[in-house]
Amino acid sequence: MSDALDIALRLAAVFVVFLVFPLVIGQTEHKVMAHMQGRLGPMYAGGFHGWAQLVADGVKFAQKEDIVPAGADRRIFQLAPAVALLPYLLVLVAIPIGPHNAVGQALDAGIFFVLAVMGVGVLGSLMAGWASANKFSLLGGLRTAAQLLAYELPMLLAAASVAMAAGTLSLPGIVEAFHWWWVPWQIVGGVVFFTAGLAELQRPPFDMPVADSEIIFGAYTEYTGLRFALFLLAEYAGILVLCALTSVLFLGGWHGPFGADGLGWLWTLVKTAILAFGVIWLRVTYPRLREDQLQKLAWTVLIPLSLAQIALTGVVKVVISS
Amino acid sequence: MSFPGSGLAKGLAVTLRTMTKRSVTAQYPDAQPDLAPRTRGVIGLFEENCTVCMLCARECPDWCIYIDSHKETVPPAAPGGRERSRNVLDRFAIDFALCMYCGICIEVCPFDALFWSPEFEYAETDIRELTHERDKLREWMWTVPEPPALDPAAEEPKELAAARKAADKLAAQQQADAEAARAADRTEGQPADQDRPDTSGEGT
Repeated sequence: MSDALDIALRLAAVFVVFLVFPLVIGQTEHKVMAHMQGRLGPMYAGGFHGWAQLVADGVKFAQKEDIVPAGADRRIFQLAPAVALLPYLLVLVAIPIGPHNAVGQALDAGIFFVLAVMGVGVLGSLMAGWASANKFSLLGGLRTAAQLLAYELPMLLAAASVAMAAGTLSLPGIVEAFHWWWVPWQIVGGVVFFTAGLAELQRPPFDMPVADSEIIFGAYTEYTGLRFALFLLAEYAGILVLCALTSVLFLGGWHGPFGADGLGWLWTLVKTAILAFGVIWLRVTYPRLREDQLQKLAWTVLIPLSLAQIALTGVVKVVISS
Repeated sequence: MSFPGSGLAKGLAVTLRTMTKRSVTAQYPDAQPDLAPRTRGVIGLFEENCTVCMLCARECPDWCIYIDSHKETVPPAAPGGRERSRNVLDRFAIDFALCMYCGICIEVCPFDALFWSPEFEYAETDIRELTHERDKLREWMWTVPEPPALDPAAEEPKELAAARKAADKLAAQQQADAEAARAADRTEGQPADQDRPDTSGEGT
């Protein structure tokens, strides 16, 4: 197989995953959320239990008028959804799902690349909030900025702990080095990473920047039609990326009790799916954190915890190597 | 005494438990709801009982009941008597766009001409079409369910009690009349009874 074809196939596969899996997560959210609230969820679109609800939503969004407010910074306003969505596509390229190079593109500094690019996604919300020329959007944008500052740090520290433990920055390398006892060892880091990731995605209970009952919809207030749909898609793609990353970094990726070689990708998917379910579960269960509670959680709980995790990782590493 | 975060775990448990239970959503357009007999849907009219007393229209807080009528004279019941007059209903309409379903019209109707019907699917695309005339109200009358049975230990309904009282009174009256008639009979037939000493012996 020629190199060009190989690259094209990998990119196509990543693209298909990027288009399909967020929809699956979205549909799961419809159903799981409904049943957790004693409802049924959408039942009509597509026939069987409303499986085509998100497709129908997409068609609906595509039909709507695309409005740019008169006072808005036109170029930035129109660019923001793409900036919010594309980083997650780029991140997916670097996430390994199975052994033997089953990855879009193996990078030596994979974890660095992934975290750096994921951080760009929040920029989309900032751009949207600033360019909308709307005070609620601006409030939402500023809250997004504050949240980004607060939660990026514990996320990076927790990921750094895993990188220290594995002795490499490469994502396949980290999974390669994984042993089952890493789970209890890195559990605190894992929880911090996952929680901070939720906050980065502005998912409930950390959705103060988009709190629809307080500031309408934050940075997305002025968006309509497809551009708004892109923001929603970015949220679900973000869930996919976060859950895949958490399972790769903290839960051992393709390592499973059996079938490590042939069915490794299945383990990655199962772990990702369970984590995605957890994301939905948390959303249904907990009320939105107030802005000050949200900041307090990051600075007084998550960052000390992740620092403690790094210290623990360092100590264990030294003990093992000596 | 509880661990920090035990409340969070409890919350997760609640939502997970709810997920495993059957949802309580009723599939309304596919499955008709099971309505209680006292459901307030629309108001049905039983025309035959209506005397056009206008109490319902007068008491209606929204003034949403429209009644038109005319007076007809009826020949006297007994020869030589006075001609009697009677109200005939021409129009009875309720504007359900105004109605607030307070039920006062049904409460005040002295002749049981108005009833709650559980019918609730009467949406229209034009607000003016929500004014429903007597034929529609009569149609709804047939959807009125039977009133629920009384509690076994309940007090007897007022109507029944009154009717029984009247019937008892009538029966007592009739018995007294029969009694009186027999007594009169006896005093008249005294000579004939003389022949049969065994029947009248103790009385005299």
